[in-house]
Amino acid sequence: MKILTVQDLERIRKTAKEVLALREESNRHTEVQTCGLANGCPHLQVLICGGTGCKASSSAKIAENFKEEISKQQIEDKIDIVTTGCFGFCEKGPIVKIIPDNTFYIQVSPEDVHEIVQEHLIGGRKLERLLYQDPVSGHHVSDSKHMDFYRKQMRIALRNCGFIDPENIHEYIARDGYQALADCLLKYSREEVIDKIKKSGLRGRGGGGFPTGLKWEFTAKQEADQKYVVCNADEGDPGAFMDRSIMEGDPNSVIEAMAICGYAVGANKGLVYIRAEYPLAIQRLRVAIQQATEMGMLGPCILGSDFSFDIEIRYGAGAFVCGEETALIHSMEGKRGEPTLKPPFPAESGYLGKPTNVNNVETLANIPIILTKGPEWFASIGTEKSKGTKVFALAGKINNVGLIEVPMGTTLREVIYEIGGGIKNGKKFKAVQTGGPSGGCLTEKHLDTPIDFDNLLAAGSMMGSGGMIVMDEDDCMVSVARFYLDFTVEESCGKCTPCRIGNKRLLETLNKITEGKGTEKDLQQLAVLGRQIKDTALCGLGQTSPNPVLSTLDNFYDEYLEHVRDHTCRAKQCKALLTYTINPEICIGCTLCARHCPADAITGFPRKPHIILPEKCIKCGMCMARCKFHAISVC
Amino acid sequence: MSEIKLACAVVEQVEAICDKHRNDPGELINILHECQHLHGYLPEDMQRVIARKLNIPVSKVYGVVTFYTFFTMTPRGKYPISVCMGTACYVRGAEKLLEEFKRVLGIEVGETTPDGKFSLDCLRCVGACGLAPVVMIGDKVYGRLMPVEVKKILDELE
Repeated sequence: MKILTVQDLERIRKTAKEVLALREESNRHTEVQTCGLANGCPHLQVLICGGTGCKASSSAKIAENFKEEISKQQIEDKIDIVTTGCFGFCEKGPIVKIIPDNTFYIQVSPEDVHEIVQEHLIGGRKLERLLYQDPVSGHHVSDSKHMDFYRKQMRIALRNCGFIDPENIHEYIARDGYQALADCLLKYSREEVIDKIKKSGLRGRGGGGFPTGLKWEFTAKQEADQKYVVCNADEGDPGAFMDRSIMEGDPNSVIEAMAICGYAVGANKGLVYIRAEYPLAIQRLRVAIQQATEMGMLGPCILGSDFSFDIEIRYGAGAFVCGEETALIHSMEGKRGEPTLKPPFPAESGYLGKPTNVNNVETLANIPIILTKGPEWFASIGTEKSKGTKVFALAGKINNVGLIEVPMGTTLREVIYEIGGGIKNGKKFKAVQTGGPSGGCLTEKHLDTPIDFDNLLAAGSMMGSGGMIVMDEDDCMVSVARFYLDFTVEESCGKCTPCRIGNKRLLETLNKITEGKGTEKDLQQLAVLGRQIKDTALCGLGQTSPNPVLSTLDNFYDEYLEHVRDHTCRAKQCKALLTYTINPEICIGCTLCARHCPADAITGFPRKPHIILPEKCIKCGMCMARCKFHAISVC
Repeated sequence: MSEIKLACAVVEQVEAICDKHRNDPGELINILHECQHLHGYLPEDMQRVIARKLNIPVSKVYGVVTFYTFFTMTPRGKYPISVCMGTACYVRGAEKLLEEFKRVLGIEVGETTPDGKFSLDCLRCVGACGLAPVVMIGDKVYGRLMPVEVKKILDELE
């Protein structure tokens, strides 16, 4: 059915709300008895995570098995199987949630489905073995609301992820979807919309943190026959996947926000620039655009107004620099994604020379809810200059890897130790890297810093798109800096000299240091060259590329010094600085190491202690991994 | 103009893709995506065909192909292996994993084994960071992989 008026929208919402009522209800309750058909529950829903992470561990097969099993039991009319977007708790995936009792099953395998159906859906008894176990108390926790991972979170941008079926626009409408667009078209003037966004204090979530309302105003003020709205979905930070999760879990929020933006700035054409490496997000976005068009939420004269809006998808092809807006625009025009000097800003001359407004996915996902709940509500969350929440992809050496959303101003300690559950295997925390290849490493002394745009910058890192990689005592900070530089050198477009040659020189120096050939003078040079690149590079990528080096030099100078002066790597990561030895007192001569050594560097007679020939050893560590007697050590 | 050595059928398909996009140079990246999807890689001759259709210098097509990491000019193996080099995988040992693949296969990143069976590449974040380190072989994702398991997995694919 096509939605022609706001009354149509309300009518559809009313019906759709009934489908979601069970889920909304269980979201409100904190203690619910386990429900099953046997103990009087008439209807149940099974929510299965269909995000990329859980799909990688066969969540599609789980959904298939559920459908098969309930049809075998002939209970299809009493049980709904819903594939949703990401729940966020990727460490414990695949995740299956049972409604109405909100039971949160983790690490479910396709083979578990039969038992879940028999025991829980029919029998009304929980399967304890698939419940999350609190690492401190050891108690089983069945409702995600009571897990440390979720307790401190506040889901605004991710409000619908893991809750609705992303391929069903009705479920989005039931969650007040497209109401903000209707309000804008029928009640507010363009200026009023921009004013509300400005008042909310929303800043761009793609990295720079530029005020979104101001950006919209610049484009709105331009006079042109054609303007464009672009959604930047070219998530380039390796280790950040929030934009992808939003598009996979709630694509309609992005579509609605783009239409609102189009109305506010005076554009009737939207373009989504998305990574070709995100097949699932592309598919969900396509479905959503098609459904929105069929329903009349995209297309000509939306809701009877004189506003028309269409969205097209453009594919990226793997270039980090295309996250920079001028480079992104060139790429959309079919050219090499090289940035150009600003001004002119895209707001004046962007795609095909027309005024263009570029927004990041997470920024857009915040727009509809800001308008339905009011800018004052949004501005009441967060810190003085950074409003609202931020989504982080928490990963690395941490117990609870996943996608989290917290109010701005939450401290790193809360994120790492409360939500993240602390460091894996009881190791010692060393650093947390934020902001991806443009960001920096923060240490123990920054743990109590409230996270917001300005505090992270002041601490020598940046918000970036929200990658947050936790490192422990086994990570070598020189190697980490080298890893990021390696990335930047590969991704540099080559247009400006500081980035093309400067970063290459930085990388060469870092390589020298990790190979044990560095000197103290090299450390000084790293700092000088790093600052020069920062000051002189053309675009955002170049200007921030030395950050990983500069911040590790600042915070871990001792470690650099050990590499160049003592030729040691305390984390035992820099191969050239390592020596593997076999302790003759422990070695029993089982020959296992010698048989697995790929370089034939281990000799010895059976049942006699073996030795490693240093000139042949390639330091792969295979012997140490194989030895059952812990006879091999590295220093 | 140099001679085109592609099979006639392929040339026709490439031309059809260009036509579908109105031979518009602005659609170059979309055209390249479709051609790579069709043929597996973008050999020089194919780039010549595209350049001729869009009426742009072949250097421009080549410039775009080599700029973006997604496009490749060498055929991939029957089992394309991609080791995730995202930061989360890196700190959980992806580099050692990559070394092991290189050693066992005897090829470098971006190369294909002489028998055409395996090709090795790196990619930046699959987004399955909870399973780090991650390797994709074809469409299948292998999570929490250890270097000692590499040989076994490759043997299974033999």
